[in-house]
Amino acid sequence: MKIDKKTIEYIANLSRIELSNQEKETFVHQLSDILAYIEKLNQLNTQDIKPMAYSINTTNVLRDDKLEPPISREDALVNAPSTMGVFFKVPKVIE
Amino acid sequence: MRLSGHTALQIREKLLSREIQASDLVGQLFKWIKDIEPNVQAFITTCEKEALEKAVEIDKKIINRQKVGLLAGIPIAVKDNICTKNLTTTCASKILQNFIPPYDAFVVKRLKEEDAIIIGKTNLDEFAMGSSTENSGYKITRNPWNHECVPGGSSGGSAAAVAADFSFLALGSDTGGSVRQPAALCGVVGIKPTYGRVSRYGLIAFGSSLDQIGTFTKDVKDAALLLQVIAGYDSYDSTSAQVSVPDYLQRIESGVKGLRIGIPKEYFAGGLNTEVGVAVKDALKLYEKLGATVVDISLPHTEYAVAVYYIVANAEASSNLARYDGVKYGYRTGESRGIIDMYCRTRSEGFGNEVKRRIMLGNYALSSGYYDAYYMKASKVRNLIKSDFDAAFEKVDCIMCPTSPVPAFKIGERANNPLEMYLSDIYTIPANLAGIPGISIPCGFSKTGLPIGMQILAKHFEEKKILQIAYAFERETDFHLKKPALKGSTG
Repeated sequence: MKIDKKTIEYIANLSRIELSNQEKETFVHQLSDILAYIEKLNQLNTQDIKPMAYSINTTNVLRDDKLEPPISREDALVNAPSTMGVFFKVPKVIE
Repeated sequence: MRLSGHTALQIREKLLSREIQASDLVGQLFKWIKDIEPNVQAFITTCEKEALEKAVEIDKKIINRQKVGLLAGIPIAVKDNICTKNLTTTCASKILQNFIPPYDAFVVKRLKEEDAIIIGKTNLDEFAMGSSTENSGYKITRNPWNHECVPGGSSGGSAAAVAADFSFLALGSDTGGSVRQPAALCGVVGIKPTYGRVSRYGLIAFGSSLDQIGTFTKDVKDAALLLQVIAGYDSYDSTSAQVSVPDYLQRIESGVKGLRIGIPKEYFAGGLNTEVGVAVKDALKLYEKLGATVVDISLPHTEYAVAVYYIVANAEASSNLARYDGVKYGYRTGESRGIIDMYCRTRSEGFGNEVKRRIMLGNYALSSGYYDAYYMKASKVRNLIKSDFDAAFEKVDCIMCPTSPVPAFKIGERANNPLEMYLSDIYTIPANLAGIPGISIPCGFSKTGLPIGMQILAKHFEEKKILQIAYAFERETDFHLKKPALKGSTG
């Protein structure tokens, strides 16, 4: 699969990443190479194979709805780049 | 002073019999680290003051004959993607440069309960994405055996810390080989447990269906000791296995008489360095001498494992790393025009190139129109890879193969070719896809004096068997006792 600059821009936007023109060029080549390698999966017929997401048996884990001490509000805010009172502060969301 | 020649178990004896004190031990260790670390660069953060305080506390406990934990007074290094309360945890990323976790990871809580002394946080490829530790946002770790070579990765700092005698024990994480490959390249013992054996709570997520915390130690018995401490069920990790933990040290000397060892032909094909191949084959001969039988097997889908991995791991990573948005923690850009612009600038400035590449690849594989062709296809082939192992373990008790196709490579040699770098994990990735446990143990040296590692794989939750098999080899050999020559500023 060959991918072009337009596709790179589309994925960059999905990824919320900004790229310089030079970075876009590099990624066009590198991602094309990687995807070309990944194409080899198409050598295999997987029509009757079930997809596998987890390697061990997993089941839904339920627990009693018991109250446990949470991380305190101060601790939760201490790593935030910007806060106001008891809130996380962000740039304007609604234009 | 260099504290080589001692394992964690031996140091524990000396501490408990009061032949040495934990505070002296930690003091000497930090002298050695300060002398040698400038040439190795294993740590992102060290915490000498806290370590000394903890050592004094443990000395008191021992003198007062109070009950002490399994790791009482033993120094340990922790990979910097494992959360430590009140101690900076960066993931080697600029985006988490000032992140101070408000909680301990499950494994760190266990270390503290057993009175281990955390001496620092080790370097890694940013977000554990890499095989050489060159992708760190902070520094390049050097292989203690040859400073021009990489230590492997992504847990390169932890592997180097144990190889350089900075620490007796270290923790790492293994998503596609990130414990076993650096263990092989640095000449130490590394275990990746079964998926679900060790809680991932507090391990900063990369590929959630593959990630597993593992150990670095100087020998196999220490690996059993450390795994004993960190294994077990944790309700805070919904994939944590409710399977009882055996006593890993008990009957570790059982030997290998009657053991059937599978040799997958695909792991000895093209691309394998001759010296590595010879070292592993010599090891197999020793196992035969010890009473094991070697059986040729085939894992026919091996050649597809790297392709599957780079879809599955990166798809999971692209979702896991969506949380770095500059709001609740971590780096935020200076100026921005609105919230979307803030996200974009923060992530573009905070992530390194390899992380960006993988997020983009993952989002592409999950995006509308490509999901079936990539993610679904990879998930199906993953099932075929797991079925290969299931079929093999019908015939054999364990599988042996090289850990890495090559010994440590030169810094910079593969840095500009991501695909070539990805292929260096070809022998370790299948175990993560299948969720099975694996160990890498030293089994030789190249002509240029670089360590060579051998991998032993077994069925889910058979860590105890793997340790017994590994110990049978270690007992007969001295590869694990060889030490890199290290010189510091004071000689």
